[in-house]
Amino acid sequence: MVADSGGTARRRICFCIQIDMSDSDSTVPESVAAPAAKAGLRRISLPRWRGKLEAVALPAGAIVVSLVLFGLFCAANGKNPFAVFASIDKAAFGSWYAFQNTLVRAAPLMLCALCTAIPIRLGLVIIGNEGALVLGGLCATIIGLKMPSASPASVHIAMALTGAVAGGVWIAAIGALKHYRGVNETICSLLMNYIAIALLSQAVNTWIKDPASLNKPSSYPIPDEQMLQPLGETSIHWGLIFGLIACGIAWFLMQKTTFGFKVRTIGANIRAAQIAGISVGPITVMACFLAGMCPGLAGMVEVAAVQGSANEALNAGYGYSGILVAFLARQNPLGCILISTLLGGLLASGGALQRDHQLPDATILVFEGIVFVVILYSESLYGRWRFFQERTV
Amino acid sequence: MTRSFPIVALALAGLIAASSAKDLTMGFIYVGPKDDYGYNQAHAEGKAGVSRLPGVKTVEEASVPETIAVQESMKNMIVQDGASVLFPTSFGYFDPHILKVAKQFPKVQFLHCGGLYTEGKHPKNVGSYFGYIDEAQYVCGVVAGHMTKSGKLGFIAAKPIPQVLRNINAFTLGARGANPKITVQVIFTGDWSLPVKEAEAATSLIDQGVDVLTCHVDSPKVIVQTAEKRGIYSSGYHASQAAIAPKGYLTGAEWDWSHVYGNYAKSIQAGKSLMDGGIPHVVRGGLKEGFVKISPYGPAVTEEAKKDAEAAKAKFMSGSMVIFKGELKDNTGAVVIPAGKEMKQQDPELEKMNYLVERVIGSTKG
Amino acid sequence: MNQPTDQLGWLGVPLAILAGAVGGGTPFLFVSLGECLTEKSGKINLGLEGVLITGAMTAYAASYKSGSPWFGVLVAGAAGMLLGFIHAWLAQKPKVNDIAVGIGMISFGSGLAFFFGKAFIQPLAPQLPSFDLGGWSANPALKAALKICPLFFLGVGLAFAMDWFFKSTRWGMFVRAVGDKPDAARAMGISVTSVRTLSIVFGSFLGGIGGAYLSLFYPGSWTERVSGGQGFMAVALVIFSRWNPVQCLWASLFFGGAQALGPALQAVGVSGYYYLFNASPYAFTLAVMIATCSSKRSLAGQPGALGSGA
Repeated sequence: MVADSGGTARRRICFCIQIDMSDSDSTVPESVAAPAAKAGLRRISLPRWRGKLEAVALPAGAIVVSLVLFGLFCAANGKNPFAVFASIDKAAFGSWYAFQNTLVRAAPLMLCALCTAIPIRLGLVIIGNEGALVLGGLCATIIGLKMPSASPASVHIAMALTGAVAGGVWIAAIGALKHYRGVNETICSLLMNYIAIALLSQAVNTWIKDPASLNKPSSYPIPDEQMLQPLGETSIHWGLIFGLIACGIAWFLMQKTTFGFKVRTIGANIRAAQIAGISVGPITVMACFLAGMCPGLAGMVEVAAVQGSANEALNAGYGYSGILVAFLARQNPLGCILISTLLGGLLASGGALQRDHQLPDATILVFEGIVFVVILYSESLYGRWRFFQERTV
Repeated sequence: MTRSFPIVALALAGLIAASSAKDLTMGFIYVGPKDDYGYNQAHAEGKAGVSRLPGVKTVEEASVPETIAVQESMKNMIVQDGASVLFPTSFGYFDPHILKVAKQFPKVQFLHCGGLYTEGKHPKNVGSYFGYIDEAQYVCGVVAGHMTKSGKLGFIAAKPIPQVLRNINAFTLGARGANPKITVQVIFTGDWSLPVKEAEAATSLIDQGVDVLTCHVDSPKVIVQTAEKRGIYSSGYHASQAAIAPKGYLTGAEWDWSHVYGNYAKSIQAGKSLMDGGIPHVVRGGLKEGFVKISPYGPAVTEEAKKDAEAAKAKFMSGSMVIFKGELKDNTGAVVIPAGKEMKQQDPELEKMNYLVERVIGSTKG
Repeated sequence: MNQPTDQLGWLGVPLAILAGAVGGGTPFLFVSLGECLTEKSGKINLGLEGVLITGAMTAYAASYKSGSPWFGVLVAGAAGMLLGFIHAWLAQKPKVNDIAVGIGMISFGSGLAFFFGKAFIQPLAPQLPSFDLGGWSANPALKAALKICPLFFLGVGLAFAMDWFFKSTRWGMFVRAVGDKPDAARAMGISVTSVRTLSIVFGSFLGGIGGAYLSLFYPGSWTERVSGGQGFMAVALVIFSRWNPVQCLWASLFFGGAQALGPALQAVGVSGYYYLFNASPYAFTLAVMIATCSSKRSLAGQPGALGSGA
C-alpha cells in the first residue's frame, strides 16, 4: 500500500518477497501478518471473523460518528437533527423509489472509483477520473453518431467500446509517463483532467456542435431508439449493471489472477517485482488502461442513457467523487459498490435538505466533508483494538 | 382558496373536496446558488415574490446540475412535496430531462425558462416562458451610446449562444442609434461563472479604451466592481448591481420574474392549464408585459441620455419598436435581415440567432 | 469619471500579461509557497484548494464585519491554519493516505465556506489597498496594471526568505531532514511529527492568505466560484519549480500571466479556440514536466520522503 505513514519496517530493501497469504485486502493487521510470515507459519484456517467484523464495524462506527457531528452542526444552525436525519433516510433509502435514485447516482461513482482503485494497487495515485469520463463520453458520442441506421445493440456496443478505449488510453498514457518518464502521476492526471475538459468544451461548442442545440451547445443527439433504455419499469439505467460487473471483474482480477498478483507485487515493492522478473512497464500500462476503461464507460453511459448528446453537462464531478469513493472503500472494488451507494444516497438527499428544512445547498457538501474526514480517521484505527485482532493458535 | 372564508366553511369544503382546497404548490429549480447576485438570484426573488400570493406554496432547490439529478429533483418535488407545477430555470434542463419527466407525470405542468416549445413534438404538459431582456439591453445600449466618450463599449459574455448574441446585438443597435460611431468589443469567457476570467476580461477591455462595460454572465458582480475600480461606467444585468457601483452604474437590464410567476399562479388557480390550452405553451414578454425592467438611472446619466432612453422605452411600451429589422448586416458584411423585413420579437427565427451585427468586434466562432 | 484609456492595440497583450502575472500570480505565489513548505517536510497537501476557498470567504466576511481588510487577511490565515491543523493531524495517522485526506479536506473546507459564505455574497467588503506604482505614467492602463497590492511584495519577500530559511537556518534544515530522510531525522532527535505539523499548518496559513487576496483584491469579490483552481495548480507549480521557493515565484508569475492571455487576445481580436486557451497553462505545465522528468533519477530537489508515506 502506498503512503502509509509511520511504519518503518517496509522501507528496508528486502529481497524476500512478502507473499500475502490472505485472500482479502489489507484488513489483517501487520502486527499479525508479519510475524506469521517470518516464522514461515501458515495460519491455521480458523474462521477469520474478527478481521471481517472490524472491516464492517469501523466504517459503520465512522458513519454513526459523522451523523452525530452533522447533527450537532444542524442543531447549531437551529434545525432539528433528527428531522434532518429522517429526511436523509427518506430521500436515500426510505423507499424503493428513493433507493432507485440512490442507485442511479451510485452507478457512475462505482465506475469512476475503479479508475483510482486499480492503479493504487500498483502504488500509483491517479486522480484523472473526470478527464477519462468526459473523453469517453465525447468519443463514444462521435462514434455513435456515425451509425444512424444501425441496430441499437450494435450502437451500444460500439459506443461502449469506444468510450472504454478512449478512457483507457487516456489513463494508460499517465501510467506510461510515470513509468517511462518518471512524471508524477497524480499531478499529471490532474493536469490532464483540465485538458480533457477543455477538449470537451471546444468540441461541443465548435467542432461537433449541433446548430439546433441553440442555447445548450451539444453534439447532434443520439436518436431515441438508440439510447440505452432503463431496466424494466425502474428508473435505473444500464450504468448500474456495468458498474456492478466492472467492480466484480476488478475484484476478481486483483485478487484471483496472476495479473492481479503481479500488480499487487509491484505495488508492494517495485524493486523486488523487477528482480522477480515482472515486466513492470507493460503491466503498469495495462493496469492503467483497464482502470481508465471504467470511467470511459461511465461517460458513454452518461451520454447514451441520460444526456442523449455530448455537452458540458458531462463534466459533472462524478470523477472527483469517484476518487473519494476509492479511498474510502480502501481500494477494494467490492467496497466501492457499497461506498458508492452510500455516497449516492447522501447526494440524493441533498435536495430534501433544501426543500424540507430550508438548509442551503452547501449543507450536503458539509455532510460529505464530515463523513469523509471521519471515515479517513477511522482508517487509522484498524489494528488498534485487540478485540479485532485475529487470534493465532 | 382565500383565507377570508370562515373556518367552518373551509373545513366543510375540505371534507367535501379535499383536493381542490389544497394550496397550489409550485416548485423551482435553479442550476446555481440562489445568492449569485445574478441569474439564479433573479429567479429566487421571483419565487419569493409569488410565494406571498394567497394560496400559493413554493418549494425550491438550488445548485442542481443538468444531469439525472434534476430529474430526481423534479420527481421528488412532485411525489414528496405535491408540486403540481414546476419551474426548472436553466436552459439545459429542457432536453432531455424535462421532456422525460413530463412524460411520466402528465398531470403536472412543467414550465421551462427559455426553452423552445414545439407543438406536436413536445408533451402537452410542457411549456416555456422567457423574457425579451434584449429590449431592456437595447435601452441600456441607448444610454451607453450617449455616455461613452471613447466610443468604445465592452461586452463580456459567457458563450456565443442565441440568447447571448441577441443581447449583444440589441445593446449594440441601441447604442448605434444614439451614436453611430460606437463599437462594441466582445470577450467570451467560455463559461457562465468564471470570476477570474471575468476580471481579466474587464481589465483587458478597459485597457483597450472601453469606457462602458456590460455583460451576460451568471453573476455580473465582479465585472461591475472592476469597472467601478477603474473608474468607468457599467451597465448591469439580471438584477441591479447599483449598490456596488454607486458612481459608475448607468442602468441595467433586469428580470421581473415575480410578475411572470404571479401570472402563472393566478391562471392555474383559476383552473387553466397547459394541457387544456388555457395557458399558452410559449409565453414571452418584454418591457410592455412587465417581464423585464430597466434599473433606475445612476447619478452619472445625463438628461439627454435619459430622454432618449425614455423615448425608446415608450416605443416598446406602445408596441411600435422593432429592434431587428432590415437591412441588417452582420459584422462580416453579410446581410442577415433583408431590407424591408421586420422581425417581431416573437419571431422564432430570433431565438436561433447566430450572428453579431455590424460594429461588434468579436466572433461567434470559438 | 476617468478619461478612457487610449486604445493600446497589441501593446495591450503584454500589458495584460504583466498585470496578470502580478495580479493573478499572487494567489499562486502564496499557495505554492505554502505547498512548497509542506512538501519540503515530506507531505502533500492537496487540500489547499479548500483552504483557498475558506480563506477567501473568511477574509471577506471578517473585512466586512470589522471594516479592516488587513484583519480579514489575518482571519483568513487563521482559518487556513485551523484546516491545516486538521489535515496535519489526520494525514500523519497510520494507514491514512495523504491524497485522500487532501481531497476530503477540500470537500470539508469548501462545504463550510459555501455554507457560511451565503450571507456575504451580497455585501461589499472593504478591499485591500494598493501601491500606486504607476503614478509616473499618463497612461491609465499602465497605471492600473501597476497598482500592486502590498501582499505581492510580501509574497516576493517570503519567497526569498523561505529560500534562505531552507538553506541557512537550523529549522530549515530540520524541515529538509524530515522531508528527505525521516529516519535519520528521528535518530537526530527531531520530532518528525511536530516539524511536519508545523509545516503543514504554516503552509495552510499562507494558503489562507492567498485566498484572502482573491476576495479582497483581485478579482476582489466573494462568490462560490472565486477560485480558479489555484489550490490544485499549486501542487503542480511546486513540482514545476523543483521545490525551490524562488522558482515558485517565477512560476507563479508565469501562470498568472498565462491566465490573462486568453481574454487579452480576444480584446485585440484573436478570438478562436478560447476553450483550449483556458487550458493552456495546464498543457504547458504538463509539457514541461514531461520534457524535464526522467525515470532514471528522481527530480532534483524532490524531498526523499515525498509520496512514499514514510
